[in-house]
Amino acid sequence: MINSSLKQIAAALAAKKISSVELTQGFLDRINRLNPEINAFVTTDAGRSLAQAANADALIARGEVGPLTGIPVAQKDIFCARGWRTTCGSKMLANFTAPYDAHIISQFDAAGAVNLGKTNMDEFAMGSSNETSYFGPVQNPWDRSRVPGGSSGGSAAALAARLAPAATGTDTGGSIRQPASLCGLSGLKPTYGVCSRYGMIAFASSLDQAGPMAKSAEDLALLLNVMAGFDARDSTSLQREKEDYSRRLNQPLTGLRIGLPQEYFAAGLDAGVAEVVMEAINQYRKLGAEIVDISLPNTRLSIPVYYVLAPAEASSNLSRYDGVRYGHRAADYTDLSEMYCKTRAEGFGAEVKRRILVGTYVLSAGYYDAYYLKAQQLRRLIAQDFKQAFSQCDVIMGPAAPGTAFKTGEKTDDPVAMYLEDIYTIAVNLAGLPGMSLPAGFSNGLPVGLQIIGNYFDEARMLNIGHAYQQVTDWHTRMPEGL
Amino acid sequence: MAERYGINHAIIPNIALKFKTYTLHMSLTIDDVLRIAHLARIEVTENEAQATLTKLGGILGLIEQMQAVDTAGVAPMSHSQDVTQRLRDDVVTETNQRELFQANAPAVENGLYLVPKVIE
Repeated sequence: MINSSLKQIAAALAAKKISSVELTQGFLDRINRLNPEINAFVTTDAGRSLAQAANADALIARGEVGPLTGIPVAQKDIFCARGWRTTCGSKMLANFTAPYDAHIISQFDAAGAVNLGKTNMDEFAMGSSNETSYFGPVQNPWDRSRVPGGSSGGSAAALAARLAPAATGTDTGGSIRQPASLCGLSGLKPTYGVCSRYGMIAFASSLDQAGPMAKSAEDLALLLNVMAGFDARDSTSLQREKEDYSRRLNQPLTGLRIGLPQEYFAAGLDAGVAEVVMEAINQYRKLGAEIVDISLPNTRLSIPVYYVLAPAEASSNLSRYDGVRYGHRAADYTDLSEMYCKTRAEGFGAEVKRRILVGTYVLSAGYYDAYYLKAQQLRRLIAQDFKQAFSQCDVIMGPAAPGTAFKTGEKTDDPVAMYLEDIYTIAVNLAGLPGMSLPAGFSNGLPVGLQIIGNYFDEARMLNIGHAYQQVTDWHTRMPEGL
Repeated sequence: MAERYGINHAIIPNIALKFKTYTLHMSLTIDDVLRIAHLARIEVTENEAQATLTKLGGILGLIEQMQAVDTAGVAPMSHSQDVTQRLRDDVVTETNQRELFQANAPAVENGLYLVPKVIE
């Protein structure tokens, strides 16, 4: 069952070939065996998971079956789940038990899915390697000496090692697509506003977006059907008609115009990755697509713009961690100010502190116009690049990351080198567009992702484009040996 | 076709190269680091300040690249969808869950959160 699609698992459950309890226990057994080394999960709770599975079995027995009933889903530890420890990868929340459910968690519960456990992540989703987690780095199942990417590195490693059949992630600057690329998975960041941020611990609110991670585009569609939808509790949640994201999966691609941005194939892109991505694009040509040259001239500005906006928003969002109402509190202090300062010095890791300091600096008196306002103006120019591009093509394709998985420790001392990991993904968040990474092959034995960027609300079409590719290739079914 | 879309020279190294050679618009000092840290209520010891200064200098050098672009007349963008804020009815929707919420608190007494004395 471990390499089956969600549709196949659902069919086996409906036919009572396997129960949800057996399925969940099977994945929990794999987690018990493999997680001590891979470190993809920070919290599991067999009692809770199996109780949910038993409920799902009761639903199935009554014939009340939806596409995800009884299916275990690994939840990124950024989503509050009532009664579950919810840490966001931080010492600050190491002992925090969520008193309520994130909208995404409620949606999965209502669909009859099973919460399989909480996955490791970069602290407060700040990182591209999962090395900033308070709970230790995560191994890439394809090469245990390498990182899985980040910040949704635990979800990616869990899927790649087949410790879970489906997972959630969040993507502020590439945190779904880059780990999906580095671990050989399918991952989708929807249009900003499609998935509610309620109960999803905030990093940079104008960029944060939840999305599904899985083996295939078909699985992503089933997961997004549950995750997407209006929620009044998130002020940026969009009021739209409910849509079935799998409705277009089997459409032909004839006439599809694929834009290739010259900036995404420039120097800095690993040659092996470029070759795999070009081969995938050739495959699309065979499926009837037409290739169009496009330009996204402000791509190089997306990283500086992001490293103003995201830290600024983070410095504001993370001011809530003061050691008063929840979370870590320092043991020794003489007054309130010292309690705050020591609590935050002890509770946050180095990268989170750096970003809070950068954000505090750019928002400090006298600097707002030069940094924050300037970055917001450039953000519009970056979004306009995409608008212009979509007048020439239907989707944009390119690499999701500039290289394959790098060695653990290789980039930890150089924050700027780490930030460049997201050169192809960040602009998509700034523009608020949907982006997806699909497994497209291997370079030196390591997975390579193809990124597909769609126009606003074009997720169903993008999933169709992904599914068509996965009907003629088998990269998405490959798994690491010996697991 | 691969050569048509093959490697050309443009974007990514610009960032790395510019970062290395860019003269900081305003170079940060140890005092600045300590001032920012105080604003952020994060204790930074004198020992940590130098290392923090180096790392922040690198990040701010990256950010400085923005200043090279003329953005006169460009409207700032905060969200991708130009939506207006919704209003909700002014009614109570939450129930009292004080005990549940305070179960996560570092220090409580009689239903109150405890902090060091702030008023003499």
